[in-house]
Amino acid sequence: MSILALVKRIFHQMLRDKRALALMMVAPLLILTLLNYLLAGNTVDSRLGVINADDMLVEILKDTDITVLKVVENTKDILLDKDLDGILEFTGEEISLTLTNDQPTAAKALKIKVQQAIAAQKAKEQAVNLSSFMENIQSKLPGVPIKMEQVKAPEINTSYIYGNKDTIFFDQLSPILVGFFVFFFVFLISGIALLRERTTGTLERLLATPILRRDIVFGYLLGYGLFAVVQTIIVVTYAVKVLDITLVGSFWNVVIINLTLALVALSLGILLSAFANSEFQMMQFIPIAIIPQVFFAGIFPFESMAGWMQVLAKCMPMYYGGSALVEVMYKGSGLGAITDELLVLLGFALVFIVLNVVALKKYRKI
Amino acid sequence: MVSTIVINDVSKSFGKKLVLNQINLTVESGEIFGLIGPSGSGKTTLVKIIVGMDSPSLGDVQVLNSAVPNLKLLQRIGYMAQADALYSDLTGEENLAFFASLFKLKKDVQKERIAYAADLVNLKADLKKKVQNYSGGMKRRLSLALALIQDPEILILDEPTVGIDPELRRSIWNELYRLKNEGKTILVTTHVMDEAEKCDRLAMVRDGEIITSGSPAELKNQYGITSLEEVFLMAGGKQL
Repeated sequence: MSILALVKRIFHQMLRDKRALALMMVAPLLILTLLNYLLAGNTVDSRLGVINADDMLVEILKDTDITVLKVVENTKDILLDKDLDGILEFTGEEISLTLTNDQPTAAKALKIKVQQAIAAQKAKEQAVNLSSFMENIQSKLPGVPIKMEQVKAPEINTSYIYGNKDTIFFDQLSPILVGFFVFFFVFLISGIALLRERTTGTLERLLATPILRRDIVFGYLLGYGLFAVVQTIIVVTYAVKVLDITLVGSFWNVVIINLTLALVALSLGILLSAFANSEFQMMQFIPIAIIPQVFFAGIFPFESMAGWMQVLAKCMPMYYGGSALVEVMYKGSGLGAITDELLVLLGFALVFIVLNVVALKKYRKI
Repeated sequence: MVSTIVINDVSKSFGKKLVLNQINLTVESGEIFGLIGPSGSGKTTLVKIIVGMDSPSLGDVQVLNSAVPNLKLLQRIGYMAQADALYSDLTGEENLAFFASLFKLKKDVQKERIAYAADLVNLKADLKKKVQNYSGGMKRRLSLALALIQDPEILILDEPTVGIDPELRRSIWNELYRLKNEGKTILVTTHVMDEAEKCDRLAMVRDGEIITSGSPAELKNQYGITSLEEVFLMAGGKQL
């Protein structure tokens, strides 16, 4: 009954606080939309200047979506004036490539394309040379000339276990983001709510009633947990229906994972509020307790981390949340595949809840 | 007759600072007992120890024959804190209803008690307003109404009349007398001497010690003076 009274009060307060509600329900949609368009953007064609280049090479380069311009000189001024990403210069047998390198990733891609184009051109030249050489020999021999067969480049049939050829980075990133938003906003809103109770004295007033300490913690978990459920449903529905993000597994499994994540965020938020004296101090926990979670949520591959970083990753709730969400949303696994992750998350929540109940002893010993 | 509140040799220190020094005090059933003293004298700490929000470093407290802290006791104590601890984004009525359900009052009883408490502190017309739009005095009155919500046997009021205009102050005191006549035990703290006159008995507190106690008349006789203010100064060892 005390728990329900607390839940009812939280509902009253949340529904009246339009800004907090908007932050929780609308802000994630805004960020997801922005990221969706940012990451789905097409790559801009590279612009390459050439000096003394063979026509065949220019054709090959153009086929790989490179805009080719003939230039007269290989200088920095020309590179910058003509807004080029690089200049390829042939002087006799020597080939030199100058790259602007203002965007290292694009520069590397251009370098690889140029190398491939030159290799392809050489191969073609070789083939032409070889067949004329053969014809030359055959014309000197008696009998019917044999037709040389041209070798075609083999086609590779690619198939994908997860996703398809149109899968982009955002498809793999979005499950992590969906979980992170729930984690972040629930942490912030519940943490600040309990902090406000501490600073205004209402928490102390609350503990002057016969309410049990654990009922306060459970009331908070349930009250804000219900908002977290609504938030998850809104965010996931929007991501799948509007942004067309890959969701292979079950929608409800995603809700279960996010709810577990929200439980961890809630209990962590209200626990950390015990160590803050103001809203600003609560915000100071974000770079320490929240931002690192993103890095370990699966955006960077776990396998490529240094050993001690892997240990660190395993201490982060978002690591388990992120991998469970990728498992369900991107790979389409069922609950069975994510049991371990869910159990670890519940373990985190349990520890934080117990610590919360103990931390309230500061206000009342029993 | 068993005393309602019994404080035995209670001392409290925060770190090295001694805030309460060997306090002995009894509050009898059905009286209005005043704790008088300047701010910082330790009144609030003592009150919190009686409610069970803080624990004494030494000594013990018994309320209604049970040792403090005790959850069941909290049901029988109405506590009004010194600072207005209210949910400013809720209406007055929602504040009252929230605390009423924490005291496990049934729906119909809740309604009755909310109406009674709001009427008592003259807030009936403002119940639907959000507390953030209340004046300082209205907040104080709502805090008092919250202390009364579960119809407790004991009222512990920490500076209930701070920031309240004289007219309302008088009406609150009239209510306290009425509650006393209903058999409730009331402990109030104040730093206003003229309120001390209104108590049945009082204890004067300074620097964590009780410098003198008794009924207002007793105290005045004892020191042979007519004003309690002078009693306070005399008892404190200060020259007039």
